[in-house]
Amino acid sequence: MSTQVPETETETEAETDVEHSEPLAPAQEERMRKKAEARADREERARREAAERADDDEDTYHLKVFRFDPEVEGKQEPRFDDFHVPYEKGMTVLDALIYARDTFDSSLTFRHSCRQAICGSDALFINGRQRLGCKTQLSDLDQPVRVEPLPHADVEKDLVVDMDHFYDQMEAVEPYFDADELPDGELEEQRQTRENREKVKMSTRCIWCGACMSSCNIAAGNNEYLGPAAINKAYRFAMDEREGEDRKQHRLNILEQENGVWRCQTQFSCTEVCPKDIPLTEHIQELKREAVKNNLKFW
Amino acid sequence: MYEHDVIVVGAGGAGLRAAIAAQEEGADVAIVSKLHPVRSHTGAAEGGINAALREGDSWEDHAYDTMKGSDYLGDAPAIETLCKDSPKEVIQLEHWGMAFSREDDGRVSQRPFGGLSFPRTTYAGAETGHQLLHTMYEQLVKRGITVYDEWYVSDLAVTDEERPEDRTCHGVVAYDIQSGELSGFRAKEGVILATGGLGQVFEHTTNAVANTGDGVAMAYRAGVPIEDMEFIQFHPTSLPSTGVLISEGVRGEGGILYNAEGERFMYEYGYASNDGELASRDVVARAELNEVGEGRGIDDEYVHLDMRHLGEERITDRLENILHLAKDFEGVDGLEEPMPVKPGQHYAMGGIETDENGETCVGGLYAAGECACASVHGSNRLGGNALPELIVFGKRAGAHAAGKDLGTAEIETGQRGDYELGELDTPVQPGEVEPAGGEGDAVADGGVAAETGSGDGHDIVERAVVRERERVQSLMEKDDGVQHAEIRSDVQDSMTEHVNVFREEDGLKQALEDIAEARERYQDVFVKDPSRTFNTDLIQTLETRNILDLAEAITLGALARDEFRGAHWRAEHQERRDEEWLKHTMLSWNDGTPELWYKPVLLEGEDKEYEPKIRSY
Ligand SMILES: Cc1cc2nc3c(=O)[nH]c(=O)nc-3n(C[C@H](O)[C@H](O)[C@H](O)COP(=O)(O)OP(=O)(O)OC[C@H]3O[C@@H](n4cnc5c(N)ncnc54)[C@H](O)[C@@H]3O)c2cc1C
Ligand code: SF4
Ligand code: FES
Repeated sequence: MSTQVPETETETEAETDVEHSEPLAPAQEERMRKKAEARADREERARREAAERADDDEDTYHLKVFRFDPEVEGKQEPRFDDFHVPYEKGMTVLDALIYARDTFDSSLTFRHSCRQAICGSDALFINGRQRLGCKTQLSDLDQPVRVEPLPHADVEKDLVVDMDHFYDQMEAVEPYFDADELPDGELEEQRQTRENREKVKMSTRCIWCGACMSSCNIAAGNNEYLGPAAINKAYRFAMDEREGEDRKQHRLNILEQENGVWRCQTQFSCTEVCPKDIPLTEHIQELKREAVKNNLKFW
Repeated sequence: MYEHDVIVVGAGGAGLRAAIAAQEEGADVAIVSKLHPVRSHTGAAEGGINAALREGDSWEDHAYDTMKGSDYLGDAPAIETLCKDSPKEVIQLEHWGMAFSREDDGRVSQRPFGGLSFPRTTYAGAETGHQLLHTMYEQLVKRGITVYDEWYVSDLAVTDEERPEDRTCHGVVAYDIQSGELSGFRAKEGVILATGGLGQVFEHTTNAVANTGDGVAMAYRAGVPIEDMEFIQFHPTSLPSTGVLISEGVRGEGGILYNAEGERFMYEYGYASNDGELASRDVVARAELNEVGEGRGIDDEYVHLDMRHLGEERITDRLENILHLAKDFEGVDGLEEPMPVKPGQHYAMGGIETDENGETCVGGLYAAGECACASVHGSNRLGGNALPELIVFGKRAGAHAAGKDLGTAEIETGQRGDYELGELDTPVQPGEVEPAGGEGDAVADGGVAAETGSGDGHDIVERAVVRERERVQSLMEKDDGVQHAEIRSDVQDSMTEHVNVFREEDGLKQALEDIAEARERYQDVFVKDPSRTFNTDLIQTLETRNILDLAEAITLGALARDEFRGAHWRAEHQERRDEEWLKHTMLSWNDGTPELWYKPVLLEGEDKEYEPKIRSY
């Protein structure tokens, strides 16, 4: 399934009673029912308390979080759960999710690791925009804060999306340095000018979060389009003077194919959402110009 | 069951380098990692990679600095290997296209770093780790090395001979986070653990959420000794709400530390009358906590790091990334207000005992990177020395596992000959709640490590899978009980209160009691989420078990070592005591009843002996 459907969203204050219609594996189903019952009480209490606190205390934030689990009854239909999280200065959306999971519902699922915008795990759709959960201060957001998985990707569970397609596109551009020749000595480096390093610098900052791809209308409509992150990865090598002309030629050929740079319609959505401020659209435009120059050469 | 020649667990800098090296030796190698490789915490390293590359510098000087920094608890053969190999390995990264910062002549730049006698730290802006991680992952893609990503390795498949030194590792058991499939991975030549740091043992850390020390805990329970666990580095400037690191660069540029009274305490209270804010990490960290303890902290928690006086121009020019970090992760504008900072757990010097080829005492089992202890860092790691460790020892472990002859190691592993046994007075019995052999939940909590029997490799792995399946099932079947998050946060709090920068005997004992109590509660742990799809509740519950074992090991080591060395400070013992303590603290799991023993430090280098001197800067 994809997040494009949640128009049918239902809001529940606490988890609704689980109905038992279609059995999964019998043991698994039994296990799930028991767990649902065992937790219903405790959970509802915790949430009621939190909601009450929210009423008389301004220092909580109200989150509406997308929930879905293909396996668990009651979660197979996508829905939104409400969480009221006590606010502390400096709190990010990721902090709030962690709090909600550890306090109210341990099945709330999202990827995260570094908490500092470097691992690229927690790109989410927050109040209608692709952002990293760990890099987004609650205080910058209107309430209720809506947290959804990245659009245009298949949802595996709750906020976790399938990243395979994104990885496939990244790896389709031969994303590795491949110099035409290397210095002889094992202690001798290739030379690179400061200007050239500066030129590729921004493009090397990509953390593979997938925010740009998710924001791109073209990529949404055409699964084959390489997408901004992969093209940026190719840019990183094509512009690196250490690689040599032949390699660059080859890279431009890849980028010029049907689903390469020419698909981009310069809408800038990728550039706007990139948490590492990479000028993606500019990089794509520059590659288009390179490609044109390149073709002229072979006329 | 999956089968490869070499299985690498973990895909940070160490794991990636190991995999590439093993493949270059002709092995069929695969990586199993709970995170996709580019998500590994190596990406968070900012500062740089030490390597003696230039005229006027030498590997010998680098070795000398490292030994001194270690406070004479590093082993010379490991340190010398690091320093000799790191230039070659750094240039190898350059040949793979890493975007190092450059000099005018186009060569790789180097900068000065704390504790180094020569500016030998190579770097890529303030994102050295990110560049290193991505460069190596690119090479992995180029070589088509298989990666099982988002697979959590939950146990090792090791034979069960009496002495760990006689055991062999035949593979691992892993759980596919996405599908819930549990499967064996047989390694015909070797298993390399590269699982990184263990910062999650503490409440406040610069480490990632995934840094739960799984590899160290798994190896420990399989019988491999763990070494010098008490040595934990605390970084003095981390942001209070998240632990995000504010680099030393701020103080290097002239940033000032103030207490709540607005006093420049590093000078005014004489913590470091010469170096002030630029004193070494442990000195500054202790000073900050002392201020807070004396009631001069802000919100009773932190101090202020102020850089406003440097002026907007200089700040945006040189410390721009700090402005972003403070804004994004603390909601503070560094141009307008001082930044709150406090010490945070940063690095584990100790880990799985290995020799300089990365080999442990269990046959076919290797470790490299932060989870390993060769020992390069001894009691205190120098900035910029962890990243070269990843590539130097990652490569050696990978090559050796794939059959390359690296010569006989100088460092001996395991309990051999006459070793010194330690004695320790603990308030509670450490280790397994119900030792192996007893009834009860021992299986469920993963405590019984070495019950796989003998037989061929395939059988050993198969049996380990069956055992893990039981463990997972029993966690999933319980309908009620304790949730891991409560246990985890209680242990983290206790560790940060008692086994942090300051360590007092009573506090350490209290921590042991807290951990023992947490172990009791862990017997009743249950996984609430019934799903097989992406069940992070289950994964974290398994990780929490590892946190318990490591918290205990760190605390036992800290209690045993009654001296002040490197990062380890003891209230009652304010001196470094070389007559007694030029030795490594070793812990063996011993099937659930941990055994403390010691092994002498090796100060004998290739052609010189390192003389312990006072560590002053
Ligand atoms: C903020 C910060 C800044 C630093 N700056 C510097 C610096 O400037 N210079 C320097 O030299 N050092 C620095 N360090 C230290 C250095 O970065 C780390 O020690 C090093 O990166 C650790 O690398 P690693 O490969 O051992 O582990 P990691 O990069 O942490 O990788 C661990 C891998 O193991 C996998 N894994 C873990 N457990 C399991 C499991 N159970 N099953 C499967 N896979 C598993 C993970 O998925 C991951 O891929 C810094 C550290 C931090 C935290
Ligand atoms: S280009 Fe930016 S938005 Fe796209 S994956 Fe990389 S870091 Fe994320
Ligand atoms: S948690 Fe790593 S990028 Fe947000």
